[in-house]
Amino acid sequence: MPQPRRLVEGNEAVAEGAIAAGARFFAGYPITPSTEIAEVLSRRLPQVGGHFVQMEDEIASIGAVIGASLAGAKALTATSGPGFSLMQESIGYASMAQVPCVIVDVMRGGPSTGLPTEPSQGDVMQARWGTHGEHSIIALVPSSVAECFSLTVEAFNLSEAYRTPVILLSDATIGHMREAVALPTRDELRVAERGEPDVEPDDYDDVMSTVDNIMPRPALGSRYAVHVTGLVYDRSRGGVPSTGTPSVAEGLGLYLREKIYHHRDAIARVEELEMEDAEVAIFAYGSVARSARAAMKWARRQGVKVGLVRPITLWPFPMAAVDHMAEQVRTIIVPEMNLKQMSWEVQAAVGGRAKVVDHGRIDGKLIRPEEIQNLIRREFYYHHFEETA
Amino acid sequence: MAESGSPTRAPARQEIRLSGSGGQGIILAATLLADAAVASGREVIATQSYGPEARGGASKAEVIVADDEIDFPEVTAPTITVCLSQEAFDAYAAQTERGGLVVYDERLVQATPLAQRRLVGLPFTHMAETELGKAIAANIVMLGAVQQLTGVVGAAALADAVRRRLPAKIVELNLRALKLGHAVASGPTGPRAPA
Repeated sequence: MPQPRRLVEGNEAVAEGAIAAGARFFAGYPITPSTEIAEVLSRRLPQVGGHFVQMEDEIASIGAVIGASLAGAKALTATSGPGFSLMQESIGYASMAQVPCVIVDVMRGGPSTGLPTEPSQGDVMQARWGTHGEHSIIALVPSSVAECFSLTVEAFNLSEAYRTPVILLSDATIGHMREAVALPTRDELRVAERGEPDVEPDDYDDVMSTVDNIMPRPALGSRYAVHVTGLVYDRSRGGVPSTGTPSVAEGLGLYLREKIYHHRDAIARVEELEMEDAEVAIFAYGSVARSARAAMKWARRQGVKVGLVRPITLWPFPMAAVDHMAEQVRTIIVPEMNLKQMSWEVQAAVGGRAKVVDHGRIDGKLIRPEEIQNLIRREFYYHHFEETA
Repeated sequence: MAESGSPTRAPARQEIRLSGSGGQGIILAATLLADAAVASGREVIATQSYGPEARGGASKAEVIVADDEIDFPEVTAPTITVCLSQEAFDAYAAQTERGGLVVYDERLVQATPLAQRRLVGLPFTHMAETELGKAIAANIVMLGAVQQLTGVVGAAALADAVRRRLPAKIVELNLRALKLGHAVASGPTGPRAPA
């Protein structure tokens, strides 16, 4: 039985999702519009035997989160664009050293202090490429309060399964929105526990970690000897630094990429609505997907065949779904609160098989359904619309 | 308490916009209203918009109550608008749907007539100050009045929301504020625009 239906804020749902996922450590520095996550966890974590630390800044926050995770705790931090930028170097470290952790970025208008209280989707490429060097990443995008909860749980599960930092990309609209939801209880959830490597300590060797058998990261202080480094390391020699052998560097780099990309179809989740007979698709994520859903319903009432493809996983890019969409529809409309960040990605994946129409907005206001409806009208210029957009 | 303001079935979608200045408790009022609406079993969504200032600056919060799934989370056709500042009245009163209701603080707002909307000015801040000794409770007096005038949520559900959401030591004061709002809205109302 789920919990009783009640009014929950998006940020509060993230905090409750983290608790339900077994997170027991939070380190962060408050920043609008993410602060409620820290506020709720400062109260909730001590109640469940966890730890909350307000750090001196975001650089220290991600450092503390990585440290807690290496010691065996499920750990997270929450921030917004400026803080997310400060965390990028250490996100690269977590990626290189394969440290599971969750970073919540509640996006606001930027760059810099920008529009601190207004929504944006300007960090979708920062989530993918914000840190330096070749790496892979997982990023999830909630578009409701219920998903703030469920995707936080999912973020922890993926971070444990793939031994990687996972980004939850919320935004000011979703984070500060309140909805009536019945949150699931702990026994209704699938929660991945970290576990131990499936070999004895004497045999423990990272070479055993293949893309098909990604062994859990043993905690510091456990019976496994653990070496943690940001340098290129030799997975066949217990992870000791090895910078003099190009094949080792290449092997590690490819492994770090493939452990995510090889599983892309298992990781990437997409919601498709009214796509069976769609001639035009809207590709929209996060808060904007709600406007897109309203526009899609309007279009269907008007008798034109429009569908919605909503990526829940933004990274790795949901290639299979986009590929399928490109084969089926003649036009893909990509509304987003940035200037073409995902639209370029869609265009590259579509490769000319369908027309890609971008629609950006960077004034701190949520894209409205009418804006998308106007774009739909153009694609069906020959149709008589009963209602104006 | 009877749902005095809703003689017929509630419309499929109701949109309420509360507006004023930062520090007036606009967002808290919207949260309480939305919380009370959850009890009806309908879909509810509340959003907020405010500036970076801790106090002052424009503040706006919106509540949508609907029978169906709510997609776009912001108000598009508000049937109830509350304005607790002149700036808010000037910006939002005229955006109220025809046939809708505009409620404002008559001591803070110089209202201009609006065709086909019902305008109700009440002294929320003044009453909170004189009757409760707490001007800061004006937002809750306003909520009590909006409940009385519209029946958009039940009075009991609203009181429950106050008990659930607010710290124990201020619950009693705020329940009195709700009752004060009910009382003031039951009395003579403000200027009415021509229908």
